Amino acid sequence: MGISRRKFLGWMGAAAGAAAASMKPKAAAAAAAKSFPGHPDSLGVLHDTTRCIGCRKCEAACNEVNNLPKPEAPFDDLSVLERRRRTHAGSYTVVNKFSVPGKKDPVFVKRQCNHCLEPACASACFVQAFKKSEKGPVVYNEKVCVGCRYCMVACPFYVPAYEYDKALTPRVTKCTMCAPRIAEGKLPGCVAACPKEALTFGPRKKLLEYARARIAKHPDRYVGHIYGEREMGGTSWLYLSGVDFGHIGMDTGIGDLPAAAYTAGPLAAVPLVVGLWPVLLTGIWAISKRKEKRASDELSAALAANTAAHEQKKREELSALRQKLSKEKEAAVERAVKQALEEAEKEREQAAAEAGKEGGRQHEPAARQGGAEKGEAEQADKEN
Amino acid sequence: MAGEHPTGQRGLFTPFNVVAGIILLAGGVLTVMRFTGGLAAVTALDDNNPWGLWIGFDLLCGVALAAGGYVTSAGAYIFGLKRFHAAVRPAILTAFLGYALVVLALHYDVGRPWRLPYPIFVSPGPTSLLFEVGLCVFLYLTVLFIEVTPAAFEWLKLTRLRALVVKLTLVLTIFGVVLSTLHQSSLGALFLIAPGKLHPLWYSGYLPVFFFVSSIFAGMSMVIFEGTLAHKYLHHKMDEAHKAGTLNVVLSFGKAAAFVMAGYFYIKIIGLAADDNWHYLATGWGLWYLLELFGFVAFPAFLYALGVREKNVRTIRVASLFAVLGVVLNRLNVSVIAFNWHLPLSQWYVPSIYEVGTSVFIVTLGIVAYKFAATHMPILHGHPDFEYEH
Repeated sequence: MGISRRKFLGWMGAAAGAAAASMKPKAAAAAAAKSFPGHPDSLGVLHDTTRCIGCRKCEAACNEVNNLPKPEAPFDDLSVLERRRRTHAGSYTVVNKFSVPGKKDPVFVKRQCNHCLEPACASACFVQAFKKSEKGPVVYNEKVCVGCRYCMVACPFYVPAYEYDKALTPRVTKCTMCAPRIAEGKLPGCVAACPKEALTFGPRKKLLEYARARIAKHPDRYVGHIYGEREMGGTSWLYLSGVDFGHIGMDTGIGDLPAAAYTAGPLAAVPLVVGLWPVLLTGIWAISKRKEKRASDELSAALAANTAAHEQKKREELSALRQKLSKEKEAAVERAVKQALEEAEKEREQAAAEAGKEGGRQHEPAARQGGAEKGEAEQADKEN
Repeated sequence: MAGEHPTGQRGLFTPFNVVAGIILLAGGVLTVMRFTGGLAAVTALDDNNPWGLWIGFDLLCGVALAAGGYVTSAGAYIFGLKRFHAAVRPAILTAFLGYALVVLALHYDVGRPWRLPYPIFVSPGPTSLLFEVGLCVFLYLTVLFIEVTPAAFEWLKLTRLRALVVKLTLVLTIFGVVLSTLHQSSLGALFLIAPGKLHPLWYSGYLPVFFFVSSIFAGMSMVIFEGTLAHKYLHHKMDEAHKAGTLNVVLSFGKAAAFVMAGYFYIKIIGLAADDNWHYLATGWGLWYLLELFGFVAFPAFLYALGVREKNVRTIRVASLFAVLGVVLNRLNVSVIAFNWHLPLSQWYVPSIYEVGTSVFIVTLGIVAYKFAATHMPILHGHPDFEYEH
């Protein structure tokens, strides 16, 4: 793979830059914050369930001010209270009736969006269609909504609903806390319609004070807990109850952490993976490449060493053969010389015998001739 | 399917074509129903159960089972396991088709599919894990598209373009592993935001790790499983190098999968211990959980190990089927079955026949596209005009 180091570093730099650019400082700050007490002076509603009589006037008012479609059962039909209901595309709020063991009268509880201080829907939305406004309402922008419905998965209160029957323009629907009416200085529709003052609208901080004062004034009437003060990081809607909140359909095991706290860890891991994985993987690649190269280097080195050893051995064998041959040759020469000398001796003796007869001195030239022959053989051996 | 005719042209009306044709036609009808009547006309989704089969199966299982792309190419190009080269092309092709179909399926599931580019180009919501999934899937689909082009360029004889892309192999592979790590884990992390809704046996702070680690053996198992099918029905398209390489791939992936699954089993137990969820094991949900963990993780892990030890390809292939089913079961448990576990039975979600039909339609589209590519392009064999130097 022909990638130059410079090119590779260039790509890595570009990737890091893109990753850094995609991290907005706002998101980083939100993740870093330990806790968010809510926007100062943000508004909310206190729902005192001990005062609610289940008249459904709030449902009717909600339907009217939000121009919602006509309900299945008219709002004065209280038989619908017999079954447990939840919010739907056409109803932003519902009242449910609970029979509590050990209590004579049923308890009525109004349900709608709780307008969390740090909303799960806003944290989950990948197009920022939900925003927590500084005034309190969590508002939805249908202009960017893709319709993935992750907000509905994320909401711990099962509040957002969806227009499943719309083919091309389905929206997520939920209570707006009547943000447009609040902006006009009016009360939310449901609060204005409540005949028993079971709903109180105002700054959340004040509402908490009211609620605490009511509990202090009537400790026999209320359980000592304000639901929504801390649940899921706190909600703009607050609840008072005379019975355990678990008996009136409220999730009491929900915890005090805002939804974003559950996803902060994996989100924080993203830049680390983006930063470290390429380094790690390139390192592994380099190591495996290096190993491969070393293996092939070792192979060729071993091959070369083997060839060299083989040649050396061949040379040694050759020279041993040569030595053997030259020794044989020497021996042959010596034998020949010896033979020649013996012959010469014989001849000399013969000659001496003859010379003894004749008295001649002819043996010396014959010996000199034998020595010359030996010298010639040695020289030939050296040349070889 | 038309396995009896190993070579040559067949008529248009083969059993495969007829069945596929009927499914595609039905899919066309379902498509019209979906985009005229809305989700209510074809799905059993409601306000409590906003995600159903199309997210649980088409998205979560589709992405997990398409992990073979990054696992195989990482093995071959980063870890230097040359034996895997025969498996890279079919794995990348499967991954590309898998992701393309995931994105197609999303067009059915989301309310306004033409706004799918919004999270990236119009109104990004970076606090959302779904944003991360969307961005990564978008980028990874692009990477996979570039990675499959060499086969298409060889088919179309575009030598220079092919050479250019081949040069990018390493960078694309690294990019692919980074993106896969992120979105495979993020798909699990999606559910972290709803601690009250998912059963504690499946809800864990380790969900992203579980999803990432299981995607590794899901990818390997899918490569083995898909290789089994390809050998049965597309044997004539394979060259000797591919056939020889396949045995290596089956044994190596089987071995690796056995180890990774053992590790996954171990961290699942750690997850149980970390949240002290032991007491849930004695409930009905606990039995269901144990079935998933022992029947579809421990059992296939053991089968893999056995098959590798005895060099028995058949055992390994059976193991791969169980491992694939196990990943499907796990994804459905997290997203659909154990989600909203505390709601009364009457409010449980059961997919409609149309939802199942749409999922079958989308899988069929994938098989048809794979068959076309493997029949016409050098996927299961090398191209005679090109050298494979790896």
